[in-house]
Amino acid sequence: MNDISPGLVLILGALLVPLLHGRLRQAYMLALPLLAFWQVLGLPEGEFGQIHFLDMTLVTLRVDRLSLIFGYIFLIAAFLGIIYALHVDDTLQHVAALVYAGSAVGAVFAGDLVTLFLYWEGTAIASVFLIWASRTPSSYFAGMRYLIIQVGSGVLLLAGTLLHYHATGSIAFEHMGVGSPASWLIFLAFGIKCAFPLLHNWLQDSYPEATVTGTVILSAFTTKLAVYALARGFAGTEILVPIGAAMTAFPIFYAVIENDLRRVLAYSLNNQLGFMVVGIGIGTELSLNGTAAHAFCHILYKALLFMSMGAVLFRVGTIKGSELGGLYKSMPWTTGFCIVGAASISAFPLFSGFISKALIITAAMNEGYFWTWLILLFASAGVFHHSGIKIPYFAFFAHDSGKRCAEAPGNMLVAMGITASLCVLIGVWPKPLYDLLPYAVDFKPYTTEHVVTQLQLLMYSALAFTVLMRTGLYPPELRSTNLDTDWFYRRAGYALAVRFADGAQTFWEAVDRLVRHAVSKIVFRLHTYHGPGGILARTWPTGIMAFWTTVMLAAYLVLSYL
Amino acid sequence: MNAVLPHLPALQVVVPLIGAILAAFLRRGNFAFTLTLAVSAILPFISGALLWQVLTGGPISYAMGGWAPPIGIEYRVDLLSAFVLMLISVVGVVIIPFAHRSVASEIDASKQAWFYCMYLLCLTGLLGITITGDAFNAFVFLEVSSLATYVLIAMGRDRRALLAAFQYLIIGTIGATLYVIGVGFLYLLTGSLNMVDVAQRLAAVEPDQMRTVITALAFITVGVSLKLALFPLHVWLPNAYAYAPSWVTVFLAATATKVAIYLLVRYLFSIFGVAVNLQALPVGEIIIALSLAAMFIASFVAVFETNLKRMLAYSSVAQIGYITLGIGLANQAGLTGGLVHIVNHAFMKAALFLALGAIVYRIGSARLGDLAGIGRKMPLTMAAFAVAGLGLIGTPGTSGFISKWFLAIGALDRGWWILVPAIMASSMIAFVYVGRVLEMAYLREPSAETARASDPPLSMLLPMLVLAAATVYFGFDTEWTAGIAGKASQALVQGLAR
Repeated sequence: MNDISPGLVLILGALLVPLLHGRLRQAYMLALPLLAFWQVLGLPEGEFGQIHFLDMTLVTLRVDRLSLIFGYIFLIAAFLGIIYALHVDDTLQHVAALVYAGSAVGAVFAGDLVTLFLYWEGTAIASVFLIWASRTPSSYFAGMRYLIIQVGSGVLLLAGTLLHYHATGSIAFEHMGVGSPASWLIFLAFGIKCAFPLLHNWLQDSYPEATVTGTVILSAFTTKLAVYALARGFAGTEILVPIGAAMTAFPIFYAVIENDLRRVLAYSLNNQLGFMVVGIGIGTELSLNGTAAHAFCHILYKALLFMSMGAVLFRVGTIKGSELGGLYKSMPWTTGFCIVGAASISAFPLFSGFISKALIITAAMNEGYFWTWLILLFASAGVFHHSGIKIPYFAFFAHDSGKRCAEAPGNMLVAMGITASLCVLIGVWPKPLYDLLPYAVDFKPYTTEHVVTQLQLLMYSALAFTVLMRTGLYPPELRSTNLDTDWFYRRAGYALAVRFADGAQTFWEAVDRLVRHAVSKIVFRLHTYHGPGGILARTWPTGIMAFWTTVMLAAYLVLSYL
Repeated sequence: MNAVLPHLPALQVVVPLIGAILAAFLRRGNFAFTLTLAVSAILPFISGALLWQVLTGGPISYAMGGWAPPIGIEYRVDLLSAFVLMLISVVGVVIIPFAHRSVASEIDASKQAWFYCMYLLCLTGLLGITITGDAFNAFVFLEVSSLATYVLIAMGRDRRALLAAFQYLIIGTIGATLYVIGVGFLYLLTGSLNMVDVAQRLAAVEPDQMRTVITALAFITVGVSLKLALFPLHVWLPNAYAYAPSWVTVFLAATATKVAIYLLVRYLFSIFGVAVNLQALPVGEIIIALSLAAMFIASFVAVFETNLKRMLAYSSVAQIGYITLGIGLANQAGLTGGLVHIVNHAFMKAALFLALGAIVYRIGSARLGDLAGIGRKMPLTMAAFAVAGLGLIGTPGTSGFISKWFLAIGALDRGWWILVPAIMASSMIAFVYVGRVLEMAYLREPSAETARASDPPLSMLLPMLVLAAATVYFGFDTEWTAGIAGKASQALVQGLAR
């Protein structure tokens, strides 16, 4: 049993799902992650499941503290995601979700680059079906773009692995740091999947296009797998600190002006990844612990938020902030769970985000990354603003949209309930999580200083939102108001933020247009020559074929005599 | 048993030859099919025994009719030829059950016996090319297989099959002519037609005769390149594959071009390569350049092609590019990649064409637009298609990945790292053309035509499932593919003159 990756339990188990129906299928799907979890609990540390493949030894199961914590949370997320999707009667989605989760788990336990690559591509291919399962034209194209980028990331990983193997003779997946061309290729592959700035567009593009349940699953694995891979291979790589800081900051502007609430969450997902990437870049035991802990908590509360928004989409049929509002009357439970998720992502004391984010921010301060620290604080405020307040406010409160619907289905409520309980539990009692972290933890989250700083941050952010709403400044129209100077700066700051986001938007739209234009031009050219009837695709007359034969013969002779 | 064992090399060719003659006399399609089935079932045992003998005891030399080489015709089985013999026989026996219904639905009852007769002749020719150690005998078998192939293609239902067969006839004859002219040059130089003997004597030719050697090399390379459809000499192939009867396409795609590739390897590595330093000549570079062109141009054509038989045919041209790329690299890893892809591609492409044949059997069309939602109506057929398609892309976990891995290592060993992104980029193009089909089959609502379709009977289903399973199996266990290919290429590369 120890030689079989827990990921394979899910992947192979998924193959039986199409054969089962009804209750039996539901029970079976729930049993799979539990079985895998039980297996992981019993795993001793070490390397297992060696397979000799070509001239290499693959380590399909490497168990250490770093892989274990990601393994645990991935399986928990898979379990919760399955509960959340129990009402769905779409075999394709269930199989895809299980294979996808299994690939992610398998990748986390991969001890070498080739195995990692296998599962890496597995996540890409399985997950795209969750997007396509929406079965709309826009989801089809978004899925295609997503797939090409994800597979492209895998191809880079493979290229890097090949070069690495050729240069060092080893395929072991250990700390490598950037330097050789091979490591840069691998770094880039991880970076794409981790949605580094400028490589991030696939995330906001595709996640909101997936099905209600698909987005919940998607949000858990792909990017966190990349975080794990970066933590394993590139801990302490200096360049990750600015990259991560940029990731925390820039999505905020987009999130503020975005109307599709699931897309807002996609932006905030990006922002949360930034914290983890900074933690990896700093590379101390504290910061790496922070990254692992934050990934753990983040998977839970992000899933919870996506679940609650999914429930809204499922019941109301839209997830546009401008069309929602007042739903707390119809969906009180969902509202409550959403608020728990919002509090967690905003790092309210006693919620999970607080005890994990603090590790990273403290590490940044300890190691003297002042500007990074400042950006992280700003980002924390921003998160609260768009995920903590905007999401629940526009969906469930704000002006009453008049929409009345049923509460979310029972299985969704159960999934949200468990997730929300976990968020609170970890926030209140962080010790079990701290005990799971890769390194020993000597950190007290609930000091007066931490709590007060965080509360101040949150209060100001809340104030900003309130005032913006009250004065009608939100969304962007500006109206002159006289407030005290402190507020003036804040408002100017927001105006600037909105301008920045607008400018960036315009810029990206221009780039996007250019790229699309170039691509369509290339495709047109390709089609001219390669398409049906093109010179390269049509049937040549026999004489022309014979002519080319002569040309080839002449070419061989001439080149040989030269 | 002991009386039979020494004559296995002859039996390998004689059994299908006799089968062909018998089939012609049987006249009834069903009888001929049963006979063909029996012959196909015997062949893998013969080639398996040969492979076993070679693995344990080294190359076998068999003097045909008791005339000792180099005067008499020698049948020579080394690891490379045993490997290809095994491939042909195994593909033959796996796909033959599919033939019964497919042929019955596409060929007139009165012609079915002739069909099987031609098939067995073609098989005889292909096995003969592979097993013979005589350059001219190889030409004879080349013609036997080619003539039979022209007939098989012309039997297609579509009237364009006639034109396709005719074009292939002209081009194939040109190729064979070039080949035999090259063999003529070699005979002039060495006075021998036995391949081993020619190689030994070539090494001793005077330097002022090198021009003749080079000319012979050019004629043979181009002649064989025509048969193996190396870009830009591939244009006969798409129509031949598209309009031939479905099952013939399967067989040709899996074996015919592969045998031509075998012949190219034989000449480049066992004859010319042993005698002269090929590194000093641009042969490798030309082959690599053409392979790259095939990998990209043919793949792009496949992306835009809507007739799926033609699409797969162009994909074959691209995949042959991978094989010849490995041959052009001419080092241990590269050649291993090329040789292993001969087998891997044969299995996956056979599975793809079989799946397509089953679709044609059910809905009568191979146009992309007619396949909407067929994944739900023919789940097992499309599953085989999807798995083999993933192999074509080179997805890890399939045999295609193994081939590309070796090719990439071979490119790096040669110091041409730029080939690595090229291999990957062309895989991405394959991803697009395979993805188009999968999208149409799985994500669209079934149309009125496809709604009535269902998986074909077991006799048609089993072959493609076996081949698709092989595509996955050989993605993990590579002992019988890459293992043997590695040994064969080691022997070939070590034999090269420096």
